[in-house]
Amino acid sequence: MIQPLTEEKQFTRTPGSEGLIETQTLEVSIGPQHPSTHGVFRMDCVLDGETVVALKPVMGYLHRNHEQLAERMAWLGSMPYTDRLDYLNSMSNNWAYALAVEKLAGIKVPEHAEYLRVIMSELTRILNHSCVIGFMLQDLGAWGTPLLYAFRERERILDLFEAVSGSRMMCNYMRFGGVRVDMTSKDLAVAKNIVSRFPRFLDEFEMLLTGNEVLLARMQRIGILPKELAINASISGPMARASGVEYDVRKIDEYGVYGRLDFRVPVGNVGDVYDRYYIRVLEMRESIKILQQALHDIPAGPHVAPEVKLRNFKIPPGDGYGRIEAPKGELGFYLVSDEGGKQPYRYHVRPPSFINLTTLEDMCLGHKVADVVIILGSIDIVLGEVDR
Amino acid sequence: MAVDEGLRSELQKQGIFVLPFEQLYNWGRKSSIWPLQFGLACCAIEMIASAAARYDLARFGAEVFRATPRQADLMIVAGTVTKKMAPLVVRLYNQMPEPKYCIAMGACAISGGPFKDGYNVLKGIDRYIPVDVHIPGCPPRPEALIHAIMTLQRKIANQHLETENRLRWYDKNAETEFPIPSYGDHDLQPPANCEVWQPPRSYRDVTLDEVKKA
Amino acid sequence: MEAIEKIKEVAAQAVPGAKLEIINSTPAAQQPALLVDRDHIYAVAKFLKEDPRFQMDFCSCVTGVDYLQKADNPGFIEVVYHLYSVAQKHGPIILKVRAPRELDQCRVPSLTSLWRGAEFQEREAYDLYGVRFDSHPDLRRILMWDEFTDHPMRKDYVPPADYEWEPTPHHDTLERTVQVGGITPPTAREELEKARKK
Ligand code: SF4
Repeated sequence: MIQPLTEEKQFTRTPGSEGLIETQTLEVSIGPQHPSTHGVFRMDCVLDGETVVALKPVMGYLHRNHEQLAERMAWLGSMPYTDRLDYLNSMSNNWAYALAVEKLAGIKVPEHAEYLRVIMSELTRILNHSCVIGFMLQDLGAWGTPLLYAFRERERILDLFEAVSGSRMMCNYMRFGGVRVDMTSKDLAVAKNIVSRFPRFLDEFEMLLTGNEVLLARMQRIGILPKELAINASISGPMARASGVEYDVRKIDEYGVYGRLDFRVPVGNVGDVYDRYYIRVLEMRESIKILQQALHDIPAGPHVAPEVKLRNFKIPPGDGYGRIEAPKGELGFYLVSDEGGKQPYRYHVRPPSFINLTTLEDMCLGHKVADVVIILGSIDIVLGEVDR
Repeated sequence: MAVDEGLRSELQKQGIFVLPFEQLYNWGRKSSIWPLQFGLACCAIEMIASAAARYDLARFGAEVFRATPRQADLMIVAGTVTKKMAPLVVRLYNQMPEPKYCIAMGACAISGGPFKDGYNVLKGIDRYIPVDVHIPGCPPRPEALIHAIMTLQRKIANQHLETENRLRWYDKNAETEFPIPSYGDHDLQPPANCEVWQPPRSYRDVTLDEVKKA
Repeated sequence: MEAIEKIKEVAAQAVPGAKLEIINSTPAAQQPALLVDRDHIYAVAKFLKEDPRFQMDFCSCVTGVDYLQKADNPGFIEVVYHLYSVAQKHGPIILKVRAPRELDQCRVPSLTSLWRGAEFQEREAYDLYGVRFDSHPDLRRILMWDEFTDHPMRKDYVPPADYEWEPTPHHDTLERTVQVGGITPPTAREELEKARKK
């Protein structure tokens, strides 16, 4: 017969004895199939109770040899492959690659095309940020609603992309020296409509989320990334700016026509998950501003530089590096051309989300295992880009 | 067993449905397919989009994405299967309870797609596990995924519980686990499971007459 | 920011004995790089990071490039570092370092202790090119699985023979499959013979 525990026998922990009881650490492998790892990413966590004491990211489950394939084909041939790097934002990937090639070959892009590029990549940015916030909250347990709202907006933008480029996700829209097809006046009107409606969506989004007590409790002071570490670890994009690093390639390099557009770079001061969330909201608002200006100022002109021939396109020997501010951070292409110059001799992508993962362990240490997923969500990774 | 068609439709008008048990059973199965929540690459985003409000996979009873293979009926292989990932995909499929189905979504899952020439890309998931429906496209539109689910539903509706071609898992010695490949020095070992996959045949070197004769 | 010649001069003064060389990019890109010998790359990088004139605190991009043997050189693996400065908002300064292609001699010093951002990228260069980074804290494969033995981005890498023949209008796929010893289907003729024998 089982004796009921007497008063003295019951296990009680006297105050102050925490930490005296030795427990074994537990190794948990999160992923690669896990609903909140955003694809096939794996984390090897060592837990003490529920606290993370070590964490090693494991990647490569989506290593698709993008770089090697690109080295086997002509310069233009890898344009559709860049769509599949960060598959939420094909437009800005296109731009990064086109920009790098234009830098190497010294191509000047007509103004009209530059504006089209700005419009497309800023639309991509708001698309990405709203989806990422949705995914992040999905990880938090806000099952469905924010993600569905984000996807509803996304569909509107994707309809425009489809009308312009012919494909919803894999747009393959930019060409060296411009873009593939011009936007008609109808498309521009659709874009204006999207832009004018988007702030309302953002207000709705913010009313639900910003200042929501549950969110504040789960996100504030979680996963803090100090500014020095952020710079030292080459963190870029919204994640770096949330930590107070005022660095935006759009402002520094002033590529495209960003030098002419008026926008601010929001900067956080704590560097926790909440800052990373809020920076994205603010960036969307800035993107709306950029879009309004770009849609208003867009000049007439050719949509592609007429002197660039797409067949038999060659680049003189040498190397070069071009970068843009993609929604996830600094996306760069390092290209080497050799004799012949018909195809890249070396083609390297500097993927922002891969490098932003460097500090994942530092941010997670000391937090509970449930916080790991939102810290990962706040980094905003896309596995196509992490593993390439 | 056989009910007169005329009688059956007469009864139906009165709100009485007379069905073989098999049909009822299959109707239940096909209307509640629970897919595994498991995305590999770009196609997974379209999979999410088709579950979202606009395309609303829920209309077909397939919106309950389960995060664990042990509760899922359907694995949608949405994206590029790399060699590093392939053993895990096979393991996930093995962990799913019977009856289980597999949809290969996108060019990559079918054959490696645009990345076929890569050293780390598996040239089609059907090298290791049987695939019920293939969806071409890169990425397939959400409508295509919905079509695939409907195709699968048709397939389920026509499956038999008894007779010769009854469902696989009704056999006592039915194979429900597929061998998991292991990581080798250069490639997966073995590179394909020949029980479920055969390379396509070449009929180039024989003439029609020869075939007829043989 | 100063021109590359000036940087070279200053770096040569600060790091005595360093062999520096300027390598030009394509004419249009205007991004000349500084080639540093293996023994002094760490000192030069450290100088560029700490000197108040440069303050290169942001190591943006690290990658390997495989140059095969040519008439005038025996081939080498080049590691390229793109440095920017967040503090002064200038850049890039590009550092290059070369190592022989032979796997046992292909070593360069790791710069991870200067920039954490190089950690994963150096692991990637090790994985894909086989460059060993001395004193890297955690040099393991990052993209391929651990049992993998090759370095697949090298130009002389032979991919595994897992192609299958496909029914395309061209037979070159079949030929390539046969060449690399890939998976070929039984031809119809073979099957016919079998059927006849029965
Ligand atoms: S088929 Fe296309 S969209 Fe789908 S995973 Fe492959 S590359 Fe991505």
